[in-house]
Amino acid sequence: MTRYLLRRLAFLVVSLALASIVLFVLLRLLPGDPANALTSVGADPEQIAAARHAIGSDKPLPEQFTHWLGQLASGDLGTSFVSSLPVGPEVASRLNVTVPLTLIAFTLAVLIAVPAGFVAAHKRHTWYGALLSGVSQLGIAVPVFWLGMILIAVFALNAGWLPAGGFPQDGWSEPAEAIRSLVLPVLTIALVMSASLIRYVRSATLDVLGSDHLRTARALGSSFGQAMWRHGLRNASVPVISVLGIELASTLLGAVVVESVYALPGLGSMLATGIAQHDYPVVQGVLFVSTLAVLLIGFAADLVQRIIDPRLRGRLSGGAR
Amino acid sequence: MTLLDVRGLTVRTTDGRTLVDDLSFSLARGERLGLIGESGSGKSLTTLAVLGLLPDGMTATGGIELAGTQIVGAPEKRLTAVRGRDAAVVFQEPLTALDPLMRVGRQIAEPLRRRTGLKGAELARAVAFALEQVRLPDPERIARAFPHEISGGQRQRVALAMALACDPKLLIADEPTTALDVSVQAEMLELIDTLVREREMAVLFVSHDLAVVAKVTDRALVLKDGRAVEKGEVRSLVGAPREDYTKALVASARRLESALDLRSTR
Amino acid sequence: MTQVDVRTPVPARKASPDKRRSRRSATLVVGCVLAGLIALLALVSLIWLPYATDDTSGGRLAGPGGGHLLGTDKLGRDLFTQVMTGSRIAVEAGLGSVLIAAGLGITLGVLAAFAQGWLDDTVSAFLDILIAFPTLLLAMLIVAARSATLGSAVLAIGLAQSAVVARLVRILVKRVLAQDYITAARTSGTSWSRTVVAHVLPNIWPTLVVNLALQFGLAVLAEAGLSYLGLGAPPPNASWGRMLQEAQATFTTAPVGALAPGILLVLLVIGVNLIADGLRDTLDPATRKRRA
Repeated sequence: MTRYLLRRLAFLVVSLALASIVLFVLLRLLPGDPANALTSVGADPEQIAAARHAIGSDKPLPEQFTHWLGQLASGDLGTSFVSSLPVGPEVASRLNVTVPLTLIAFTLAVLIAVPAGFVAAHKRHTWYGALLSGVSQLGIAVPVFWLGMILIAVFALNAGWLPAGGFPQDGWSEPAEAIRSLVLPVLTIALVMSASLIRYVRSATLDVLGSDHLRTARALGSSFGQAMWRHGLRNASVPVISVLGIELASTLLGAVVVESVYALPGLGSMLATGIAQHDYPVVQGVLFVSTLAVLLIGFAADLVQRIIDPRLRGRLSGGAR
Repeated sequence: MTLLDVRGLTVRTTDGRTLVDDLSFSLARGERLGLIGESGSGKSLTTLAVLGLLPDGMTATGGIELAGTQIVGAPEKRLTAVRGRDAAVVFQEPLTALDPLMRVGRQIAEPLRRRTGLKGAELARAVAFALEQVRLPDPERIARAFPHEISGGQRQRVALAMALACDPKLLIADEPTTALDVSVQAEMLELIDTLVREREMAVLFVSHDLAVVAKVTDRALVLKDGRAVEKGEVRSLVGAPREDYTKALVASARRLESALDLRSTR
Repeated sequence: MTQVDVRTPVPARKASPDKRRSRRSATLVVGCVLAGLIALLALVSLIWLPYATDDTSGGRLAGPGGGHLLGTDKLGRDLFTQVMTGSRIAVEAGLGSVLIAAGLGITLGVLAAFAQGWLDDTVSAFLDILIAFPTLLLAMLIVAARSATLGSAVLAIGLAQSAVVARLVRILVKRVLAQDYITAARTSGTSWSRTVVAHVLPNIWPTLVVNLALQFGLAVLAEAGLSYLGLGAPPPNASWGRMLQEAQATFTTAPVGALAPGILLVLLVIGVNLIADGLRDTLDPATRKRRA
């Protein structure tokens, strides 16, 4: 296990390094001069040159890259071209919104999807089993922003129970307000996510229900519940966990739409603004942190899968294979 | 004394196809009965019906009385009590019949614990003993292994050990040797034969292979398309088959046998 | 072994064959009707629209009726006209993205399937990372590099989806390559390309077609999301996503504009997903056998 952990960690570091290079090169390929963002319209060439010099974009690319790596090594994500503020603290404050939003929504989605998916599979011949499958079929067709709009219209504009958007200026120092403003966004993400999760849980459960080993256990005297508990849960969780890892990662990064619907100051909206303003350090910083998060989530999912499934030991990456 | 009494068993799918048609047979304590037929003849479904484990979308009608319990139409709770205690089963596919995520020892411990109430070190000793019974070398190592870490023959022995751990009155063996190599098949048959004789267990042995059935059982039932076409002593079935279908089965078994003999003498 | 192809939901209905066949055809028929209606709307919009897309003569936020089937938006444009152009954009986005995803994804997937050892590990991990990055981020970057047009959005969605398709193809091809008859074909000297064309592609296309149908639905959703964020087709092209964004502020006073595009969007995606489900049951021999 230790050997695997070391290999898997090395793999993580290499992936991160590769991703950083790709990220860096990709961003330099974008047209548009970031110096334009710093200077007023109609600035003379000297001013532009000065601006370029100030942000270091006049240096050759390899030098810029090593400079960035050096910064990263010392925990510095760079300084925004536009606001001249350090990116790191800004990312951290945005994560205060995005991380709770994603994690709570994710947990809620799992809490909905696991029982619902199980029932949809086990009771598929009943009306409520079919209804659950139908609802999830509907759910995966609903765009997340539209669901957000509807929830706002119903619960914020009509009923007036919750705020339609925004986040308290002082963040979590006003916990009640902060929580109230996250209720609808969390619900939006959780509902859409659980719709697709239900399908995976359902199909994993169906596989287990039809498996020979569950039949063996029951044939030798385990009740259905005992057999499900001892054998079914673990076996069904293997494929679901790899999906969960990917869902979690893409929700974390994909929160930008929901953040836009609810005007939340999260990581996604920071990225959107950064891209619009050609603010390299911001885009670079946000994407670097996101990549790290994705890799860590994948690492965790692989690890959990390996602990559960002995057949995966001996492979580097569990993955959905 | 009758252990298993099947009367007019009929298995239908919900859309009305009949897979087992009006099948009747009975089995006394310690008796060994073979069910012979090609795939699709309904022999495996019959064994599942005996355990009340028919797949979704199939229903059984008729009567199945196992050790005094009526199986058809019985509530799940009563079936759970019967399974393992009165009848236990070894399935065909040793690879999938075991939980791939659980160590072999724990899988055997489950039915053992349920029957004996043993715990801890005593249970572990009983597991090792159960593995020794099916002549697995190095039982401690096997107990710690996961199913994918041992061979097909070993897996099938483990499955047999699990079934025997229940100490059932009836052992159902559903093509237990079909998925194994020919050399391993013979050992496995030998093992089943010896173990059930020692325990005076009744056996319901299902196979498409006449030779295999003849080795382990006394009486046999020939199934075709869900119907019993012939029944009787195995020896007389092989020696003087009456029905065309049985004759064909015997003839093809002969041909195979002589082909094998030819090869082995060369 | 249990295989989960990520983003390839595997709904499996166990039922008796006859019942299944009828439900299968029902699924396919309902799906075709739903998707067909939208496609029809899109086709008609090419030759006829009730009003010009920039005709603001209808008065602001008029309710349904009075020459405007669904009423007008906040600039006085006919909503039904916009819904029709929106359906055209949605269908174009779906088709375009799937074409890119199929072309690139199948090529990459087949190549990746032949990789062995560490190269194999690296390729699959790379695809995993790519897939975890939402379409949206890639789209934002591409839009920033080019400009907000339908083409940029479709390119981004197609590229992102090609990673998903590549990964699926890689898994499928690997599974086929592990079969004995492939080994037989290859040892008997059949060329690499011939193996792929004669043995691999015929075996994977049912699953692939089903997945591409699902990708179509996802592409439609993604395009709507992008135009909601202002990264899709620019005005006066009324994409459903942008219509919804514009109608958000007036949801309670003029709900039709905020509901109609969304409902059509959902209907189209459900329709395509149902077609995918129906196709899976009809085409995929593996599912057919497994669920029989």
